[in-house]
Amino acid sequence: MATPNIPLWEVFIRSRNGLAHKHVGSLHATDATLALQAARDIYTRRGEGISIWVVPSNAITASDPSEKGMMFEPAESKIYRHPTFYDVPDEVGHM
Amino acid sequence: MYTQALNSSDGDERHVEDAERAAQFQARIDADERIEPNDWMPAAYRKTLTRQISQHAHSEIVGMLPEGNWITRAPSLRRKAALLAKVQDECGHGLYLYAAAETLGTSREELVDLMLAGKAKYSSIFNYPTLTWADIGTIGWLVDGAAIMNQIPLCRCSYGPYARAMIRVCKEESFHQRQGFEIMVTLCRGTEEQKAMAQDALNRWWWPVLMMFGPPDQASQHSDTSTKWKIKRFSNDELRQKFVDATVPQAQFLGLSIPDPGMKQNEAGNWEYSAIDWDEFKQVLAGNGPCNRDRLAARRKAHDDGAWVRDAALAYAEKRRQRATLQAAE
Ligand SMILES: [Fe+2]
Ligand SMILES: [Fe+2]
Repeated sequence: MATPNIPLWEVFIRSRNGLAHKHVGSLHATDATLALQAARDIYTRRGEGISIWVVPSNAITASDPSEKGMMFEPAESKIYRHPTFYDVPDEVGHM
Repeated sequence: MYTQALNSSDGDERHVEDAERAAQFQARIDADERIEPNDWMPAAYRKTLTRQISQHAHSEIVGMLPEGNWITRAPSLRRKAALLAKVQDECGHGLYLYAAAETLGTSREELVDLMLAGKAKYSSIFNYPTLTWADIGTIGWLVDGAAIMNQIPLCRCSYGPYARAMIRVCKEESFHQRQGFEIMVTLCRGTEEQKAMAQDALNRWWWPVLMMFGPPDQASQHSDTSTKWKIKRFSNDELRQKFVDATVPQAQFLGLSIPDPGMKQNEAGNWEYSAIDWDEFKQVLAGNGPCNRDRLAARRKAHDDGAWVRDAALAYAEKRRQRATLQAAE
């Protein structure tokens, strides 16, 4: 008999250094409680984190990689969003 | 990110191959870009990686068995704690790798079922028995040492999820090799009997460990395309040579002799080893190694014995879901 499929979860961990939760991988679990416990065992065996989020994988909406060009073009063409676009006279010094 | 639950079955019309896309794909690889799960990729790339990553995952899982054999008989609490932690890491490695394999579109359950059915391969090395405590030292020192040689270049593999899994794995492997070497140092500084035990283990593991790197370059079937796709960055023979050169001085330090009397150092400083018995390798891969049947039987038993846990957890989750739906309706 084929093994029944168990739902997939994405795991996010916040490390000690105060940064945001970061995606570290995925795992299978039947519910959120078991997903959290499995995440602790699989992804934090060496003190990698102080907080874990688990999110059902199918609850995530992702951008389409084939539309990457269209999706991110607006940011690429706007060089005036960067500080180096602006001239500040040398005499002013660091700004 | 690997955002779909890939094990919920989906109609598959993803790979409509055309030459232009294949060329764009190769250009991305050549530019050292990483390929991510939802990117277009040639069907053969997907297939090659699914096979390689899942075999790697099976190896981590089956690899727990020879060492698990000694957990209850470790000679001290310190050794027991270390071995337990190492075996637990190997389980983790298997899980990272199954997760990476799944992003290519085959579910973990399917991959595991293939292994249990004897239709998927795992590393030949785990079909050898662990007869004495010295085998545990030798495995950490040599088997994990060889695995590290193999895995470090994979951290730069073109497939993002595989490369990321390997980075995690490599970080953890170093402890495995060092604890094994420490066991060997202790045995070699011990009684005559202990040292003989260490030598015996090295004698039995040396050749099977060299086989871990796979067939010689002229004979290996998958190398060309794997190199083109930057899945493989060094050939089997290159890695094997690197391993031998790194290991010989360690054996000398231990005062153990490598069971290859013909071995000599050439002018370039590389240690030239004698011919490997590839017939033995083929036999082990074909299922006829000393422990193949045992390993599969142990995996099947563990899987079957765990079935009620999976069923109960699924039933409980379903009951909670139904209750929540009812309450929402009230
Ligand atoms: Fe491992
Ligand atoms: Fe290991």
